[in-house]
Amino acid sequence: MDLSAINPILLIAAMIAASTPILLAAIGELVVERAGVLNLGVEGMMITGAVCGFIITVNTGSPTVGFIAAAVGGAVLSLLFAFLTQVALANQVASGLALTLFGLGLSALMGQSYVGIKPPRTEATPLGPLADIPVIGPIVFGHDMIVYLGLAIVAATWATLKFTRVGLVLRAVGENHDAAHALGYKVKRIRTAAIFFGGACAGLGGAYISLIRVPQWTEGMTAGVGWIALALVVFASWKPWRVLLGAYLFGGITQLQLNLQGAGVAIPVEYLAMSPYIVTIIVLVILSSDKSRAPGSLGRTFHASG
Amino acid sequence: MIRLEKRPQPSATMSWATPLLAVVATMIFGGALFAALGKDPIEAILTIFWEPLFGEFSFFYRPQLLIKGAPLVLIAIGLALGFKAGIWNIGAEGQYIVGAICGAGAGLAFYPTESIFIFPLMILAGALGGCLWALIPGFLKVRFGTNEILVSLMLVYVAEQLLASMSLGLLKNPEGFGFPGSRNLQQYPSAHNAEIITNTGMHWGVVAALIAVIFSYVLLTRHRLGFAIRVTGEAPRAAKFGGVNPARLILFCLGMSGLLAGLAGMFEVAGPSGQISIDFNVGYGFTAIIVAFLGRLNPLGIVAAGLLMALTYIGGDIAQSQLGLPAAAIQVFQGMLLFFLLALDVLTNYRVRFGTGEVA
Amino acid sequence: MKFTTLMASAALALGFAGGAIADGHEKTKVGFVYVGPIGDGGWTYEHDKGRLAVEAEFGDAVETVYVENVAEGPDSERVMTQMALDGADLIFTTSFGYMDPTNNVAAKFPDVKFEHATGYKRLHPNVSTYSARFYEGRAIQGHIAGNMTESNIIGYIGSFPIPEVIRGINSAYIHASRVNPDVEFKVIWVYTWFDPAKEADAAKVLIEQGADVVLQHTDSTAPQAAAQEAGNVVTFGQASDMGQYAPFPRVSSIIDDWAPYYIARTKAVMDGTWEQKDTWDGIGPGMVGIGEISDRVPADVKAEALAMKAALGDGSYHAFTGPLNKQDGTPWLAEGETADDGTLAGMNFYVEGIEGEIPQ
Repeated sequence: MDLSAINPILLIAAMIAASTPILLAAIGELVVERAGVLNLGVEGMMITGAVCGFIITVNTGSPTVGFIAAAVGGAVLSLLFAFLTQVALANQVASGLALTLFGLGLSALMGQSYVGIKPPRTEATPLGPLADIPVIGPIVFGHDMIVYLGLAIVAATWATLKFTRVGLVLRAVGENHDAAHALGYKVKRIRTAAIFFGGACAGLGGAYISLIRVPQWTEGMTAGVGWIALALVVFASWKPWRVLLGAYLFGGITQLQLNLQGAGVAIPVEYLAMSPYIVTIIVLVILSSDKSRAPGSLGRTFHASG
Repeated sequence: MIRLEKRPQPSATMSWATPLLAVVATMIFGGALFAALGKDPIEAILTIFWEPLFGEFSFFYRPQLLIKGAPLVLIAIGLALGFKAGIWNIGAEGQYIVGAICGAGAGLAFYPTESIFIFPLMILAGALGGCLWALIPGFLKVRFGTNEILVSLMLVYVAEQLLASMSLGLLKNPEGFGFPGSRNLQQYPSAHNAEIITNTGMHWGVVAALIAVIFSYVLLTRHRLGFAIRVTGEAPRAAKFGGVNPARLILFCLGMSGLLAGLAGMFEVAGPSGQISIDFNVGYGFTAIIVAFLGRLNPLGIVAAGLLMALTYIGGDIAQSQLGLPAAAIQVFQGMLLFFLLALDVLTNYRVRFGTGEVA
Repeated sequence: MKFTTLMASAALALGFAGGAIADGHEKTKVGFVYVGPIGDGGWTYEHDKGRLAVEAEFGDAVETVYVENVAEGPDSERVMTQMALDGADLIFTTSFGYMDPTNNVAAKFPDVKFEHATGYKRLHPNVSTYSARFYEGRAIQGHIAGNMTESNIIGYIGSFPIPEVIRGINSAYIHASRVNPDVEFKVIWVYTWFDPAKEADAAKVLIEQGADVVLQHTDSTAPQAAAQEAGNVVTFGQASDMGQYAPFPRVSSIIDDWAPYYIARTKAVMDGTWEQKDTWDGIGPGMVGIGEISDRVPADVKAEALAMKAALGDGSYHAFTGPLNKQDGTPWLAEGETADDGTLAGMNFYVEGIEGEIPQ
């Protein structure tokens, strides 16, 4: 055992990068759930984003265009879910599961001829000398632009939910759709917009895996990250900054686990891997005595009668 | 503008017609997909839907429908009880895994002793394991008001890690040359969930599914508890006035769905699958949620939906090998089928009106 | 039983078809069952390349069919039966977890030949097993790695702690430490065969902890990309050549080359000379391919590596040749003694010098 082999600065920097896909997907799902919709199709939207981003990047040579395509891809797929749940009033749980199945299949079909290709490299953000500052440099300034974009989305989501009318309306719709409807808000349009945003974020998160973290295209490569993002939203008790904290924690446990193994510490990997979920359940129990509960209308179908 | 108007009562015609419509729509769109992939669409669709049921080798595929469909039906029946009452257990996959671990563990504990008591004991252990795993979200909901959707989902991941740990550790076959996975229960007669009549696909899990269907049908239509479940789902406040104890109902629904999922896992591990391994679970718990909805939470509907899902799996594999369709195309096809079934279901409860009107 | 009669007549019909093949009038049908998608770029991808090689070799004389993404357990058993019913003469089942299903189905179709990859059970005369001595390739990797490392830390990404993987670690370590006694191995178990993101993480962690050579027993190119990002870290392709990362960081590779074996076995079925056997082939027969060693490897090291490849190939050198002790210091192989296949097959210990424990 040699714990000195672990460099805490690099560990933190790696943690931040590793958390980005979950962070992006989770912040999108947070907005969706705050609007009162439970979309279990995150995994399907992520993998669709991953393949769309990959294909476009390989063909255009531009990761930026690729990431935009990924967001569009995820969002377009999410519209299927929006149609099912908002127009056809189908059950959200079943529709979300169907979306994941569909997305996994669709992405595999689209990506068939892209296996084994190396995509163009995404450049690190040119922050110049800032990245060379000791300790802070690698942790804060050494990342690619999507990491910063993720942080920006979290901040923007927080500000929007807290300070703007849009945020207020969104929360009202999520808390009590009947009351919101009575006040004259277009419940379904607002929810559809939220679902669209969630799809775009999930798509970005997926593309981060296929274009930066791995980078390659293989079928099913998101390997369950979308489900972790769902857990994360709950863990964060539907608060944007807690999503950030939780993403680092969830991503961090994996990083820490791998670091400890590398340093020769014998650890029961399975039990460590299940710990974030157990912690999430504990958080749920603690939250139950708190005011920050799940949105009141979460998962319920809305139809204006009359 | 198109407007939806709630029907005073679900349309009986539509509840039969929409699934058929959905299948037809899937055939059209799926056929187009297959054609785009350069395959003969009619042949592909016949292979998926016709071949397993009436093709040359249907004597083999029909029993396979039971093997593939039984766990889906068994789990979905339990889930539907809760869904009807507005209690959302989406962690059946976890309960399925825990049921299998407990069932297999109970059997392997006695290896190689042969006794007629081992198999019943395994059934008990599997049922109990799944039930207790589902009662965790139940208890937390009753005691702390936590959301059971989320807790039960979290417990799926915990169960998956537990499964990996068991396959690599406690339950690992000591004669397996170090490979992960338990002994094969098919080779341990006392613990083997063998076919009751050879080559019919009829194993104890199928029997259990049939019993569950009947039990659930009677419960929902004839029993006071079934009435309580329905009232709670449709009008929770009225149910409370009517003397329904919500806490007890939550525990019953979650416990029962966990029990059935645990049983499904136990019958699977002791029979068709044979052993605990890292990849033992193949998503029955999640597919069963879809089956429950496709079956409109009705026991007989669930049987039909479970068999339909099983058919697309089996037919899909045949289409892969006979026509060279990629697995992904089959997945997309299944996704389409689900979308259409879910989307068209709206016609059962609503009327589509054309004309001006407020769109919410 | 009606069913048994049907199955028997189906088998009979197949036997008849088999007779027709000997006359050269009908196509030989070869089935492949895959555990993952062909698009995994690794394990299944390489098996499918073997399938395509069979088609290329025999052209119109063969017909190949495959089903991908087949779960271990009852699904695989169904797919194999389906292929046999559809008239397959030879079926390759390409995952360890298909072991019991393969033998179950083989019992029902005595005239169909079955080939199970990486397993050890041959319960019926029509079941053969085959596997590759990847550890021979690991020896060459170890030799290059030991020479090229400057930090003397070599990282190793393991999938699951099973004999197959442990053999590779031992073989690489033995040959790295022979040329560089100061070398230290850091092993990280990722507990997955396939999770590119996790493989990337593991590679990054190893690099951060000082490794300047990373060996991998997982199939994605994620570690290659991580090494390229880091700059001066050496890697080796795994399963496929991963030539898109050559000449650096990828300096060589171990390639799963199933084509020669698949062609030979198909030929044997066509000629009627197929017999049960247990194949464990290495570099010699071409089952383990060594990808081109790039110019970034010093010329003398490259020459030594090629010499070792030749010696392993013609059998004059065994990768596990004594003197070798186990990790705890107990003697394992005496001077000049080579390891027997039984010990290698069930290898569950590290050799002397590797630090850390194998997780149990």
